[in-house]
Amino acid sequence: MKKADFILIGVIFAAALAALGWIRISRSQGNQVVVYIDGTETARYSLEEDLVTEIESEKGGKNTLTIANGEASVTEANCPDGLCVHQSSISYDGQTIVCLPHRVVVEIQGEEEMDVDGIAR
Amino acid sequence: MKSKAAEYGLLAALAMVLSYVEAQFPVFFAVPGMKLGLTNIVVLISLYRQGTKSAFAINLVRIVLTGFTFGNLFSMIYSLAGGCLSWVIMAAAKKWGPFSMTGVSVAGGVGHNIGQILVALFVLETGKLIYYLPFLMISGVAAGVVVGLIGSGILRRLPPSA
Repeated sequence: MKKADFILIGVIFAAALAALGWIRISRSQGNQVVVYIDGTETARYSLEEDLVTEIESEKGGKNTLTIANGEASVTEANCPDGLCVHQSSISYDGQTIVCLPHRVVVEIQGEEEMDVDGIAR
Repeated sequence: MKSKAAEYGLLAALAMVLSYVEAQFPVFFAVPGMKLGLTNIVVLISLYRQGTKSAFAINLVRIVLTGFTFGNLFSMIYSLAGGCLSWVIMAAAKKWGPFSMTGVSVAGGVGHNIGQILVALFVLETGKLIYYLPFLMISGVAAGVVVGLIGSGILRRLPPSA
């Protein structure tokens, strides 16, 4: 390996760490779990209430969404790769769990949006 | 000329096998798009041994064949985006000069992951996926170093190209 290789690796690491730090600092606890299929919102749950529900997407896709102890996770899925099941639980504003094969995104949203939607509903 | 064709076929087949091997343990990684990038060993060797265009051709053949055989249209689009971006970046990094094969491979690995995230951003229409980027960058570096070291090790031991 050459010197330039190490510089490149160092620069990428620094950029990644800076981005990570920025995410850590700017994040805040969310209180809503929003389910998107193909980019459209299909369901919205409170992060405070424990819940187990199926997310059904096109072509028989199924993901089991579990909300427990203020955290959301996907506990079961029939997608080919099963990556969504292995992603860790989420609870911070903006965190997501993604199932690419089913085009399902589970996202945590924060306080302000809760108020607006509380009024709209 | 004949042995050149054989070498192309061999490398494309090897890339396909490595794609298959890699597809056997995807659950190992918790972030979508994280990959070992074993097939990049072949692309890297092709890049150094046969040249920029050949590396692209082998990459493309590999992606299309693997997509039809083991994957679906979506997985093909993802690997196409990752594959193309990583090829462009690797070719540029090689041409630029100061990097060894490992540096080129690292750049390619990170480029691959960024390409996949970009497609996912479009497909899923959520900007929040950008949160995965730091993890993908670090994993891209790690995988890139491993791939680069293996690749340069293999290249050294290969007989000079015909």
